Amino acid sequence: MNKIIVALIPLILLFLLIVFFISNGPVGVLRGYFPPVEKVFMEKVTLEPNLINLDLINDGPDQVTIAQVLVNNVYYKFKMEPSQTLQPLQSGKIIINYPWIRGNTEHITLLTSNGLTFEKDIPVAVETPKVNEQYLTTFALLGVYVGVVPVFLGLLWLPSLRKLSERWHKFLLSLTAGLLVFLGLEAFSEAIELIKKIPAAFDGLGLLIIGFFFSLFTLLAISEAAHKQKKVNKAVFLSYLIALGIGLHNLGEGLAIGSAYAIGELSLGILLVLGFMIHNVTEGLAIVAPVAKLFTNWKSYIKHLLLLGLLAGGPTVIGAWIGGFGYSPTFALIFLAIGIGAIFQVVYELVKYIAKDSLDSLFSATNASGFIIGILILYVTGLVVV
Amino acid sequence: MFDKKIAIALILITLTILVLAKPSYTQDTKHKTHASEPITEDQIHLAAHGNAGVIGNVDTHDFDPNVYMVSWNFNNLPESEREKYYKEIPLLDGTLLREYWISAENKDIEIAPGVMFPAWTFNGQVPGPTIRATEGDTVKIHFTNNGDHPHSMHFHGFHPSEMDGATVDQQVKQGETFTYEFKAEPTGLHLYHCHTSPLYQHISKGLYGVYIVDPKEQRKPAKELIMVMNGFDTNFDEENEVYAVNTVAFYYIDNPIKVKLNETVRIYLVNILEFDQINSFHLHGNFFEEFKTGTLDKPNAFTDIITMGQGERSILELKFKYPGKFMFHAHKTEFAEKGWSGMFEVEK
Repeated sequence: MNKIIVALIPLILLFLLIVFFISNGPVGVLRGYFPPVEKVFMEKVTLEPNLINLDLINDGPDQVTIAQVLVNNVYYKFKMEPSQTLQPLQSGKIIINYPWIRGNTEHITLLTSNGLTFEKDIPVAVETPKVNEQYLTTFALLGVYVGVVPVFLGLLWLPSLRKLSERWHKFLLSLTAGLLVFLGLEAFSEAIELIKKIPAAFDGLGLLIIGFFFSLFTLLAISEAAHKQKKVNKAVFLSYLIALGIGLHNLGEGLAIGSAYAIGELSLGILLVLGFMIHNVTEGLAIVAPVAKLFTNWKSYIKHLLLLGLLAGGPTVIGAWIGGFGYSPTFALIFLAIGIGAIFQVVYELVKYIAKDSLDSLFSATNASGFIIGILILYVTGLVVV
Repeated sequence: MFDKKIAIALILITLTILVLAKPSYTQDTKHKTHASEPITEDQIHLAAHGNAGVIGNVDTHDFDPNVYMVSWNFNNLPESEREKYYKEIPLLDGTLLREYWISAENKDIEIAPGVMFPAWTFNGQVPGPTIRATEGDTVKIHFTNNGDHPHSMHFHGFHPSEMDGATVDQQVKQGETFTYEFKAEPTGLHLYHCHTSPLYQHISKGLYGVYIVDPKEQRKPAKELIMVMNGFDTNFDEENEVYAVNTVAFYYIDNPIKVKLNETVRIYLVNILEFDQINSFHLHGNFFEEFKTGTLDKPNAFTDIITMGQGERSILELKFKYPGKFMFHAHKTEFAEKGWSGMFEVEK
């Protein structure tokens, strides 16, 4: 009991210090002397016929009043909920009755009571897809095309892999590691891009760091626990881990496709779909690499293969759904961060598996070339995705 | 053996695709039926086209564009209040000595509903008070700078060099007073503004006003309206976010200027707009005579649109032939849709 009180003393003193600072400290310097810092972040625009809906958040330290709204440099009447004034971190919604033109770039400017302006572009104005059964099936279908089918196609390399020598098997596993490192770094760069697109108050970098280490260490702990169980086959388990890592990565790809569609950049979406399709075939290869020697009898392992394929490809569908009608850069960043953590955990497991507890064997010419070729394969197939 | 299994897997995959693909073929027809919901869509469509403009109202307690438009020499104030700012003393030669007390001060003004602009003003208003004299009168202005930067008053018109208010040594420092004195000439529509560097800053912040010199022989009676075309850079990007005639965006759209059928209307139109190269004035359903700078008796044009650079001004004379509402606005649509639009209401 005493120990707890002693441990709490610094916290109690800190609290008193804060109270004292607010009442007696030089707070006036921080307040009043400078003009208010107004910041508004426009998170999402949805379009209906003759209506523009805008979701926004005040991500500054002071309250903000949206006094007027311009669309394409024309003042337009609008309604704002809950009110025109937003407190820090409060969200609001603006509805503008504007005859937007299909295919145009529409430009929204918010004018605050202090005359500051905040701008948002709608790159290609199209009606925002509505959530309905048909929309969901369309996107499920897209997900299947991009994620599930290509991964299954990749799995069909299994019979060819089986005949490989030990050396070439290691080459293949190294290649898989290369693929994954590339995917992980690519996702990382996407995540860095996304940080700019989310409200500053949410601290995108913080979310990335938390998501990454959370997923990395959770999966490491799970896999440590699993390895202690003797029933679990290491190779099979590794395949599942790879499938999971790739699945989380594909969730991000799905998000990209869905949101490209939702913001009207459909042509970009088609390119994305084609690119990811080619990209993802190689992922099937990665998944079956560890179990190539093990899965000798197709019949007994078909269940595993189906599950692996679904685990890796299925999340594309879910990602496309989320991306299509509920896209939020903040959630996309969190998913990406989790995916990156998962991928690097898998890389770690792979390296351990290839090294077989002896680090010296790791950097053989075969392994190194496999790794580099893995990276090159994704680079070349990735060129299709503009 | 593997070939067989591969075939089975492929068939399974193809079947999945076909089952899932089916609904997507019906997408287009479904979309068409969705579009034909007549009532709500028409309503929204009409509303969308009629919804340009601002929301809310400006507080006109401190500055009412309708009052500004018809005021000069502080004649909008009650007599006791007016003499603090303006005095007339008849001189022996039959002209008047007109004495003004004007100060520069910082003030937040409302330029569109809910949008406050940290202005620099003459006597707390933008545009500053209108100074109006008859040709030959003596104009004497006691100018006090209560702002936080040096300022000056620079008048267009004849005056001695030391009354120009433009050079470095003619700047009136904070807290100081300077008295400008000169004869009112030539006849015409002029303006005054601060001439402190950086000039664009002092003008775009609001330090300008109208200076009218009437001819000795009075102009024919008319409904006289003062209009200053101005704009405001609210976010300091050297572009105007708000355009207006007499400061408040869209004010005369919501509060139309009332005139009578066949009555002579005389508009004293001054362009002070900063940042943009030109400004313009266009009147609907009517034509007007334009007297450039108001200096000569003959009109320069009979037209319904004039274009002006910064500092240019014209007297416009017109009569309305038909009753009803007639718009006037900049025929630079961007300015018109950012606030420089108004309405006349012609009554029988």
